[in-house]
Amino acid sequence: MTSADPPLNYLSAFRDGALAASLAEAIQKAALARPRYAFMEFCGGHTHAIARHGLVDLLPASVRMIHGPGCPVCVLPIGRLDMALDLALSQPGLILCAYGDCLRVPASGGRSLFQARAQGADVRMVYSPTDALALARTHPDRQVVFLAIGFETTTPPTAVVIRAAAQAGHANFSVLCNHVLTPPAMDAILAEAPGGAGLDGLVGPGHVSTVTGSGAYEAVSRRHGKPVVIAGFEPLDILQAVLMLLRQVNAGRAEVENEFTRGVTAAGNRRAQALMEEVFSLRDTFEWRGLGEIPRSALGIHPRYARWDAEARFSLPYRPVADAKACECGAILRGEKGPTDCRIFGTACTPETPVGACMVSAEGACAAHFHYGRFRPAPVAAAGA
Amino acid sequence: MAGPSPKSASRWTLGRPLDLRHGRVEMSHGAGGRATTQLVETLFQAALGEMGPRESDDGAVLPPLAPGERLVMACDGHVVSPLFFPGGDIGCLAVHGTVNDVAVMGARPLYLTASFILEEGFPLADLQRIVASLARASRDAGVPVVAGDTKVVERGKGDGVFIATTGVGALPTGRNIGGRQARPGDAILISGTLGDHGLAILAQREHLQFASEIVSDTAPLHGLIDALLAAAPGVHVLRDPTRGGLATVLNEIARQSGVGIDLDEAAIPVRADVAAACELLGLDPLYAANEGKVVVVLPAEEADAALTALRGHPLGRQAARVGTVIEDPQGFVQMRTRMGGRRLVDWLTGEQLPRIC
Repeated sequence: MTSADPPLNYLSAFRDGALAASLAEAIQKAALARPRYAFMEFCGGHTHAIARHGLVDLLPASVRMIHGPGCPVCVLPIGRLDMALDLALSQPGLILCAYGDCLRVPASGGRSLFQARAQGADVRMVYSPTDALALARTHPDRQVVFLAIGFETTTPPTAVVIRAAAQAGHANFSVLCNHVLTPPAMDAILAEAPGGAGLDGLVGPGHVSTVTGSGAYEAVSRRHGKPVVIAGFEPLDILQAVLMLLRQVNAGRAEVENEFTRGVTAAGNRRAQALMEEVFSLRDTFEWRGLGEIPRSALGIHPRYARWDAEARFSLPYRPVADAKACECGAILRGEKGPTDCRIFGTACTPETPVGACMVSAEGACAAHFHYGRFRPAPVAAAGA
Repeated sequence: MAGPSPKSASRWTLGRPLDLRHGRVEMSHGAGGRATTQLVETLFQAALGEMGPRESDDGAVLPPLAPGERLVMACDGHVVSPLFFPGGDIGCLAVHGTVNDVAVMGARPLYLTASFILEEGFPLADLQRIVASLARASRDAGVPVVAGDTKVVERGKGDGVFIATTGVGALPTGRNIGGRQARPGDAILISGTLGDHGLAILAQREHLQFASEIVSDTAPLHGLIDALLAAAPGVHVLRDPTRGGLATVLNEIARQSGVGIDLDEAAIPVRADVAAACELLGLDPLYAANEGKVVVVLPAEEADAALTALRGHPLGRQAARVGTVIEDPQGFVQMRTRMGGRRLVDWLTGEQLPRIC
């Protein structure tokens, strides 16, 4: 690119219909080599983009996309949400801050943070952990707790506020930490889940990888002999990643490739990684909704920052809670079933009255199918079906 | 000693004149006494002039309609935040919102009423700006405010100013436009770019800066609709896609008429800066609010004439044909995406963007 070239329009450049058509044609050709391919898009952001742009229509019938568990709200187990609810309802004057997505998620007994708010708990929606810390500053006489959730993308901002609270000595601020890690979840899916065994490859996370770097998936890819292609969230990114996966499978390769080079490097964001090292420590094990206990898959707050750890401060016990009986979120998060395989999809479980977490978050597989795909006469088949 | 002139009599009755520069709304301004009269005379009547109520009676007496014409009424409450935004303010919005609700019924807007709910402590200078804007919009639209009301609520119980307006219009004989009239095969047009109002408000609220300022499209649509109906008298449905945007309006029409709708994403006009702001804020322009656009559903054979008429009007330069009504008992609104795939354009769910109009 010379200086005379106009700047790249990031909004339209990756949504070019003609380029999409030529990529679709290349995918059609590449997919002729085998009768069937099954790829999982790990991220909810990819699930959303596939549905929003109708990308399934551009793929041949032999290429199936299976929704993965990469939706932070969806994998938060009910028991952890209960901890936040109990905290908000039992501690007088406490302000619980959470991302908007968390407020409607059903906890045990049909409760939710929204409901707790109606019952008088002070639950606030924040856009960023710094908003929560600001609340702690303006209410020095009240306890302020931030309900931290998410993968490696949202972890560094949480680390920033914990360190800032420690530096400023804010004794009334703490974090209920539920941060989880992508590579161990990928490993679990490829190792254990029946859906995982039938997978030919993974579309790897985009935003997460800006922090972790593409190198973070080398071990998983090698151990299971599956290709991983890191992809951006624009429709052309996803199509290109599918083409790269097809070419790897056809050539018998199983490598980590990076389609999202404008955002992701091999090493990732070293400053963010160093900050995470300093503030968090690896938990021995952590429960994921749908995936169960996964060893060394989540972060707790490092003992050196224990004063800002809500679990320690309020001595919160963890009690695991089973999903609602009719809800198939677990199987959907493991990639074993699709949204329409669930009996209550679109009937008892809708975005207005969600039963399972996959219907709550915009990144959830059920919400994506409800909003964008419900008109399709044939349900999207699940893996192995 | 000669008798007092009317002007000095008024001054004697009302005491000290209103301080429009530094004064603030007080509870007494809504109590119905002298202070209320003073506020109405020096602020509202002065701005509205011939577009305001003629007498200080409790109601307006209006002339009869032409034979065969039917009455159309619409009302709209305005709670927009911020009160002033690029391209307009709550004053002109209160006129346009209701004038447009009457106009999309196919009626000629005739009269408005305006009810102001003011919060104690609100600066009179801001109120004066809002009333001046309302008066200007009323004059430009040619629709007088024939009755009004002012109330004051205690500080903390309102948010500056709320304005509720009611509009009355005359529906010509034989005209039958409404949400139940869409038929399979009908063409769907939009009079211009989507989401300008919603994003102008949000950009202001979120302090977003873009290369060019996003300006609200707030405007009265009855002139544009006149031109449209003259060229395409067979129009089946007209709607102004305000809260909830184009997607919501089309879902309403599909449900009312028992039809499906097929949209073409590539044909839908969206300004580049609005599209960029939507991406940043995680919004979809299909659901963003408009205050100066009309959705037209009409027989396909009239679509070209209608488009020409819309594009010939200053408010319809970017009018486009964006879709077709199809048979679908389930009433889905579908869209062919720019990528060449298909998706559903569903009802809005979850938290709406509050206080957009």
